[in-house]
Amino acid sequence: MKLKLKIWRQPSSEARGRLESYIVEANEHMSFLEMMDVLNEQLIAEKKEPVAFEHDCREGICGTCNMVINGRPHGPQRGTTTCQLHMRHFNDGDVITVEPWRAKAFPVIKDLVVDRSGFDRIIQAGGYISVNTGQAPDGNSIPIEKDTASEAFDAATCIGCGACVAACPNGSAMLFTSAKVAHLGKLPQGKVEHVARVKNMVDQMDEEGFGNCSNTGACEVECPKEISIENIAMLNRSYMASIFGANK
Amino acid sequence: MSSIDLKSNTPEGPLKTKWSEYKGTMNLVAPNNKRRIEVIVVGTGLAGASAAATLGELGYNVKAFTFHDSPRRAHSIAAQGGINAAKNYQNDGDSTYRLFYDTIKGGDYRSRESNVYRLAEVSASIIDQCVAQGVPFAREYGGLLANRSFGGVQVSRTFYARGQTGQQLLIGAYQALSRQISTGQVKMYNRHEMLDLVKVDGKARGIITRNLLTGKLERHAAHCVVLATGGYGNVFYLSTNAMNSNVSAAWRSVRRGALMANPCFTQIHPTCIPVSGEYQSKLTLMSESLRNDGRVWVPKTEEDAIAIREGRKKGNDIAEEDRDYYLERRYPAFGNLVPRDVASRAAKTACDEGKGVSPTGLAVFLDFASAIERYGKAAAHSKNISNPSQKKILELGESVVSQKYGNLFEMYEKITGEDPYKNPMKIYPAVHYTMGGVWVDYNLQTNIPGLFALGEANFSDHGANRLGASALMQGLADGYFVIPYTIGQFLSKEIRTPMISDQTAEFDAAEKAVQDRIDNLMNIQGNQSVESFHRRLGKIMWEYCGMSRSAEGLKKGRQMIRDLRDEFYKDVFIPGSANEFNPELEKATKVADFLELGEVMMCDALDRNESCGGHFREEYQTPEGEALRNDADYTYVSAWEWNDKDPILHKEDLEFKNVELKTRSYK
Amino acid sequence: MSLTGLFLISFLFVHLIGNLQLLYDDGGEAFNTYAYFMTHNPLIKGISYGLYFFILLHTIQGVIIAAKNRSAKGYKYSKPSGENAKWASKNMALLGLLILAFLFLHMGDFWLKMKLGQLGMVAVEAYDFKVADLYSRVSIAYQNPIIVGSYLIGLVALYFHLSHGFSSAFQTLGLNHKKYTPLINGLGMLYAIVVPLAFAVIPIFMYFK
Repeated sequence: MKLKLKIWRQPSSEARGRLESYIVEANEHMSFLEMMDVLNEQLIAEKKEPVAFEHDCREGICGTCNMVINGRPHGPQRGTTTCQLHMRHFNDGDVITVEPWRAKAFPVIKDLVVDRSGFDRIIQAGGYISVNTGQAPDGNSIPIEKDTASEAFDAATCIGCGACVAACPNGSAMLFTSAKVAHLGKLPQGKVEHVARVKNMVDQMDEEGFGNCSNTGACEVECPKEISIENIAMLNRSYMASIFGANK
Repeated sequence: MSSIDLKSNTPEGPLKTKWSEYKGTMNLVAPNNKRRIEVIVVGTGLAGASAAATLGELGYNVKAFTFHDSPRRAHSIAAQGGINAAKNYQNDGDSTYRLFYDTIKGGDYRSRESNVYRLAEVSASIIDQCVAQGVPFAREYGGLLANRSFGGVQVSRTFYARGQTGQQLLIGAYQALSRQISTGQVKMYNRHEMLDLVKVDGKARGIITRNLLTGKLERHAAHCVVLATGGYGNVFYLSTNAMNSNVSAAWRSVRRGALMANPCFTQIHPTCIPVSGEYQSKLTLMSESLRNDGRVWVPKTEEDAIAIREGRKKGNDIAEEDRDYYLERRYPAFGNLVPRDVASRAAKTACDEGKGVSPTGLAVFLDFASAIERYGKAAAHSKNISNPSQKKILELGESVVSQKYGNLFEMYEKITGEDPYKNPMKIYPAVHYTMGGVWVDYNLQTNIPGLFALGEANFSDHGANRLGASALMQGLADGYFVIPYTIGQFLSKEIRTPMISDQTAEFDAAEKAVQDRIDNLMNIQGNQSVESFHRRLGKIMWEYCGMSRSAEGLKKGRQMIRDLRDEFYKDVFIPGSANEFNPELEKATKVADFLELGEVMMCDALDRNESCGGHFREEYQTPEGEALRNDADYTYVSAWEWNDKDPILHKEDLEFKNVELKTRSYK
Repeated sequence: MSLTGLFLISFLFVHLIGNLQLLYDDGGEAFNTYAYFMTHNPLIKGISYGLYFFILLHTIQGVIIAAKNRSAKGYKYSKPSGENAKWASKNMALLGLLILAFLFLHMGDFWLKMKLGQLGMVAVEAYDFKVADLYSRVSIAYQNPIIVGSYLIGLVALYFHLSHGFSSAFQTLGLNHKKYTPLINGLGMLYAIVVPLAFAVIPIFMYFK
């Protein structure tokens, strides 16, 4: 299949970027990133600079790959990362626009590569349980209801790719932050620090320049791990508790 | 060349109390001194993140490095199945000794007893630690932790978090690390790649890194250096490793005098999605757990196989009596659940006989039809449906299978576009894990004082073959519970050493060497892409140092690699410049290192005139085609010193005092 | 946003009930009585000042947040996709401003005219004095197709605004539940359709009367 790609090229964070067009010959068994590999091989053969994009595990779990394909983070398939998206979902002759994640808090580094270190700093602000190695009691000392563990797991499947921020018209990181808050806050081990954690993480999120949640729900639709905005509601509740709560 | 005396430094005493007595008597570093000591940790996967976090908690000043944009991206995240621990929660007779024994036997008696026993001993604490961190392990209805069983063992000791255990454990370690970063105890360097090790007076005292965003070379000094940089499976180009996984940090250390141990011990995982074309960049693993219910087969006749390859027939068109369930036929006792190395070789044999079922001829079927029918009938029975229709049975059966393997089936369908509920899956073995790695002693210290290696980067625990769900266990054991103690054996002698300066002749020389190397690569300006060299290297490795090896092939392969290396340094093309974000340059330094490692792997495989675990030499097999070990001559660790002309072999003899060496049989 | 929004949502309902009296075929008797009561009862007056305040607050908050969010997004996609969220959800500020413009028009047409004493006076049964004849003013206004048209536009904007706002307010307050959220979403859509539709019936009905 022959495709026309319009890809965002930007030499560095300071430089201005623009869409450039390329023609590439792909086949339907390729993954989207393998199609990009083919394009890059083509560019290198012409001694041109290949398109910079990030990727690593190519099995949908590391959260490194990030492309906005035809306006949709990770492309048109639901619950799928860019690396797991296959070309059989496109047609011969398609024009495909590929852009980087867009948000003030995710500045472009080069072409399709953006800086997502804000996510790390949100976790550093409190996305953990304060337990030193060696302090732990026996793993079975606190029984946890199967459904509770399962809900915590659902939130914990976040891969930190940033598609939620990319999809959000406000560049908000609420889904990411709330997933961590819910993962830890639902478990008895994480309840102890829950309220303080919520306050600190939300404050850090604001400091990073992520926007506010206006409940468009776009994050949930584009999340490759299909994390629910129920977590955002939980975050909202806990945040109010952190401000108006009895011991605040 | 001087011979290196490889002392394992295993403490005296009986196996069972060795570690606890050693811990109780080893040298300590007092808290006020820890504040004056710096430790570099390279890599932030399970081993690196857990080590950096724990060392930070202890009060050391830690500098942690990853080439990723975040420590959370390390490839530990992709581990699916689970993590072993000798908890005996299931009351099925598990114990530290049994986990130790299974690991030694599974590794085909090529690992160090003392290290493996310690691994089994600390395994239980890992689970406790992870639960306390908030890892959402699978649970039973009573709220207690659930277990499942894995290949090669007779107990249920594998803890899991659906099919994403590695992810959950890594996030636990990442959170612990993040907590130390926020306290300032760990300074995190993202997007920094280690390109050289700096030795001062024979001790590891720092590293040279390249800031991947700016291309700037940086010096980082510390009292010691810990490598936790993972395995080297990507030397095969196609593997289940992440695209950026590489050997460079370890290999640069080898170039500075560390030794590469058992490099030929690579694990080929039997259930991966087959290669579909030349453009393929990586292979995807399908969890070993699928072999609990899937039956592996190929057509009995080549004629049917050809028909399938050409698309004239489908798997379902082949009648039951025309199928060869070769694992069940050859290994009736273990059937489809033989260990990974055995299953992989059997698949290769079937395809070599022309029975392969994909257009490339390199695939076998993994069929769930009988499992679906069996589960369907059972479900109908438990729902009191009498005389269920075939359609109803399949519907019920599919739903059971979907509960067990739903996410894997979905992934398979996403990648291949075929529905595994209706047609048998096609699978083929692929490189998955490397048991070999940097040589370390009992303290996880390499032969360079002050240089440590953890997790997949070292060689110590898995011998010639790793059991499923043991990689996660080893990474976390090393990081949380071993290195925090053993590093003190070295650092307790360094408390009078002031902060290491990076403005010394040694750092000058190391930085210049890195700069020269990069300039050299950039200046070649040839015509072939880095990727094309990597692909060619991978083909050579797979062909001559893959699932089965021969002396003749290994000699040929070695020469081919040397030729390829020459060609690489004459004709590689790297676009852009060295002073910017340049993924092609990053790839080039990695491939250059693989081109050297590959040669050492060939040498190692050639030296080892026996078949054991993942290493199968065609010359050494039983009349039935099973691996033939040679304990009399090869019960040693081969540790290779790099040399441009001919790598030099050093040996550490392995002693087995607590287990009897037996032939592995799964018949 | 959520609390002020929910207050305004509840106001809409009260307002609608009152206005439906326009449909009584009694020459405006009921409506004019109601209008007088609403503009002269001290309690209602107090509430109405609260209402103005909340409208203002809702608007200012909304504009500030929208501006912040716009800047937090920075660049827009050159090929934006409408598939991941409702159009209304992404354009609440625009819709809100449209509604605000409509409110000015609306208040100018009736409330201001009444306050300035530009309306005729009429006797009603409930009081022994004459009250402002708002009914006639409304009837006249609704003979003008331009006014009716602009009202309908305002109500369409209200529909879109409510279609997101109703359920969104609950989500912001942290009220999201596996069982009840679909119910709230359904109720929200029903409200968003029924209320503006009922409001729309009035000018249309009076236009064709």
